[in-house]
Amino acid sequence: MSLIQDVAGGGGHDPVPGPPPLPRKDKGGKGLSPGASFALRKTGAALGTLFFVLVVNFFLFRLLPGDPIGMYTRGRNVPAEQLAQLRAELDRPILEQFLTYLRNPFSSTIDSAQFNRPVWELVTERIWPTLLLVGTAIVLASIIGVWIGIKAGWKRGKSFDKVSTGVTLTLYSMPEFWLGMILLIVFGVGVLGLPGVFPIGGISTPGVDTSSLAGWLDVAWHMVLPVTTLTLVYLAEYALVMRSSLVDEMDEDYLTTARAKGLSDKFVRRRHAVPNALLPTITLIFLNLGFTVSGAITVETVFSWPGLGLLSYEALRGPDVALLQAIFLLFSIGVVLANLVADLLYAVIDPRVRS
Amino acid sequence: MASDQQTGGAPQGRRAIARARRREALARGWGQFRTRRAGMAGLGILLFFTLSALLAPVLFPPETISVTRATGELLAPPSGEFWLGTDDSGRSMLALLAWGARVSLTVGIAATLISMVIGTSVGIASGHYHGFGGAALQRLTDWVLVIPFLPLAIVLATVLGGGSTVTIIVVIGVTSWAGTARLIRAQTLSVEGRPYLERSRALGSGNWHQMTRHVLPNVFPLVLANTTLTVAIAILSETTLSFLGLGDPLRPSWGATLDQAFSNGAVSAGAWWYIGPPGLCVVLVVLSFTMIGRALEQIVNPRLGGQ
Amino acid sequence: MAVLELEDVSVTYRSAEGAVPAVRGVSLSVDAGRSLGLAGESGSGKTSVTSTVLRLLPKSATVTGRVLLEGEDVLTMKWGRLRAVRWATASVVFQGAMHALNPVQRVGHQIAEPIRLHEKSVSEPTARKRVGELLEQVGLPSRVAQSYPHQLSGGQKQRVMIAMALACGPKLIVADEPTTALDVMVQQQVLGVLADRVQDLGLAMVFISHDLSVLASACDDLAVMYAGQVVEQGPSDQVFDDAHHPYSRALGGAYPRIGDLRFRYAPSGLPGDPPFPGEAPSGCAFHPRCPQAREVCATTDVELRPSGERRWSSCLFAPEVGT
Repeated sequence: MSLIQDVAGGGGHDPVPGPPPLPRKDKGGKGLSPGASFALRKTGAALGTLFFVLVVNFFLFRLLPGDPIGMYTRGRNVPAEQLAQLRAELDRPILEQFLTYLRNPFSSTIDSAQFNRPVWELVTERIWPTLLLVGTAIVLASIIGVWIGIKAGWKRGKSFDKVSTGVTLTLYSMPEFWLGMILLIVFGVGVLGLPGVFPIGGISTPGVDTSSLAGWLDVAWHMVLPVTTLTLVYLAEYALVMRSSLVDEMDEDYLTTARAKGLSDKFVRRRHAVPNALLPTITLIFLNLGFTVSGAITVETVFSWPGLGLLSYEALRGPDVALLQAIFLLFSIGVVLANLVADLLYAVIDPRVRS
Repeated sequence: MASDQQTGGAPQGRRAIARARRREALARGWGQFRTRRAGMAGLGILLFFTLSALLAPVLFPPETISVTRATGELLAPPSGEFWLGTDDSGRSMLALLAWGARVSLTVGIAATLISMVIGTSVGIASGHYHGFGGAALQRLTDWVLVIPFLPLAIVLATVLGGGSTVTIIVVIGVTSWAGTARLIRAQTLSVEGRPYLERSRALGSGNWHQMTRHVLPNVFPLVLANTTLTVAIAILSETTLSFLGLGDPLRPSWGATLDQAFSNGAVSAGAWWYIGPPGLCVVLVVLSFTMIGRALEQIVNPRLGGQ
Repeated sequence: MAVLELEDVSVTYRSAEGAVPAVRGVSLSVDAGRSLGLAGESGSGKTSVTSTVLRLLPKSATVTGRVLLEGEDVLTMKWGRLRAVRWATASVVFQGAMHALNPVQRVGHQIAEPIRLHEKSVSEPTARKRVGELLEQVGLPSRVAQSYPHQLSGGQKQRVMIAMALACGPKLIVADEPTTALDVMVQQQVLGVLADRVQDLGLAMVFISHDLSVLASACDDLAVMYAGQVVEQGPSDQVFDDAHHPYSRALGGAYPRIGDLRFRYAPSGLPGDPPFPGEAPSGCAFHPRCPQAREVCATTDVELRPSGERRWSSCLFAPEVGT
């Protein structure tokens, strides 16, 4: 590493010795750049969490008192040979069972009690409707929520802030399925003599070909109410988080520097305050994805939206234990992976994290 | 408080001084809280619901919410006799709501207690012990924090056997402590760095003494502010779990009432009086706890400063 | 000609407890090529005074008097004009470069930002070249432009701040405790760079510090502030060596030797604390802490009076000079 010599021009008898050497960009060590070791560390942590989920998922159902077979097969006729197979499976040493389970957590020997089908099949076909619904709502909610948060935080204490904070706090305190039911009654069923406009449930009108343009429009029409419900609930959180992280940034000295440079209020906000405040907001949004999942479960139930959420509700009503386990695993994997993506994304946009 | 009688001159003994100091701190906190309008509004709403919960058996005898002995018409809209209408069994909605307040508040507070005890212990211990134990607790906290709450709660409730209030309390308690633990851990770490703890260690005090006598009193105000916010979340969780059918059908909370309404077609019947009020009660109570919690948080940690 | 002239400037903050006067009737002026040191304890109002130059005070502050930047009153400027003057005519080297730089932007981008803003005709490659030159002028290699603030040391960040302040060729530089957060050796280096650049370019500079010895070595003139007022003013070596106000003497005594940390945080021989803004005592605000105070000091209002050639003091017992 080269020592930088004093290159200051002008002064002639400059009393200034060379500046201290710049910190090296890569800290050597195991020959990994800080970025790569950061990514590795985060991936390791995510794998650790996944393993923990698997452990919980496996042992929870086996270590509890009572007859596990009865729990899995409750309420249906199981052929004798399958029952025997199941019993043989459950009689093996617990560690052996666990290893088998680890090899493929989804290919349970036990079918769904309600649907009499392999749980893996059931679960995979329900993923897409959920992604469509929740994805749309998250995109809309983050755009609107962040916009509200910026507007409220930048002019703290003004009337927009007061009104929006009141509204978002109220939305934040609302059970999302209740909001869904209210919207459903008002705009789907119709109240006090007003007719309902929107469909009261499902993803499409029966008989409509969902691959055609008309089918797409039909699906979009069915999405209006559930997406509105989820968007309202999610955006409340996003707006509150964005507002408070912007407020945290407001006292920072670099904003005074930006103002002193002659930047207008708008540019100080757009180029300095908002990008910096977005960083913690993004992490928090991803960290709270678990809460997003809760919304999906109950709102899909209210609107009979055929996704994983409704499937959870159906499995719960059984209770269809094998199916519940698979769903729990899938949701957990989804959230853990999303968290990992958030961590890595964060490192890309915030240079401080990488070193 | 028997020794209050003696005060007149100087307070006697260490305990009396400590008590006087605590009382003073409490009075100062209350003085600050009183100036926060949102916090006071929250307290007012909360008092109203607590009173309704306590007075429910007096105002509405238990038979009014019995399915078999209900007197009203089925699914009747609000009228002079039933101010908020009736449910699909002909029970008075008003009575259901008052009785529901008992369940919702009890579950919210009991679950929060469990969550606070676990969260505070894990948080302090993981901040205090530096070796393997502390690291393991921290890892555990991180794991529980990431796992999505509702699917985990559903699975737990199924395993423990749904349909009971106790199950719901336990499930919410053991799934919601991680956020508190993380907050308390951070606070513990900052307290641990202070000189008086070093002094206490130098004097040879044990881990238990350090944690309960020095760390706990310092993190306690934060625990208190966090508690009210946790109650809000616990009540919301209770509502959600009950809505999914995991509540006790014999002691209907607001969430369970919403479950009944939904399952029995109140939505397609347009019975807004059956669906609106229970949710509104949840919103009001959750909002009140949130507003109280935010006000407390600003007093405990002025840097957050709302306005 | 004076680049900066403050005429009877007062700053009052509105707070929950009422109006708090932080600066009370300060008049100063700085000519091109000269540097003025502004000394005082924290809370004496020195940063409030200089913040009026670019109108960077919070909304809760009210400023009265006149702040003339090249003859133009900053306080009555329209927003557009004010934004054009900021950084182009007067720029600031902020206190603690630590937080004054945006943590998530490369420093080169931050130095170029005012160039792009104020000189629209400058092309991108030219701007980049100028950033490199500016960095080299403050003794940093031009590749520092690619770094983020957290990759630089405190001294390097402070040099970046200086380079940034020079970016648009201002007439005046306000240096607000630019060396306070640095350790003593680095402090000397940064001070040297700043003094050299200011001298070479013939700029006017206002330098704020609580360290009288730093100011004495870096500035031509000194003004000492106490409780929102200037209590002594004059050529810096004279004020440092032969103060006409007991407070300047105490402040000078508080920092006897540059480079010795023991003296920096243990001021010798000045009992008590400065008054809270808005709670200044009657008469001479300094009298409760003054070793030479007499009864008249508590009752007689004082103001800055000539106390020698090019020297002023507000002490009742300063040398009298016939006017």
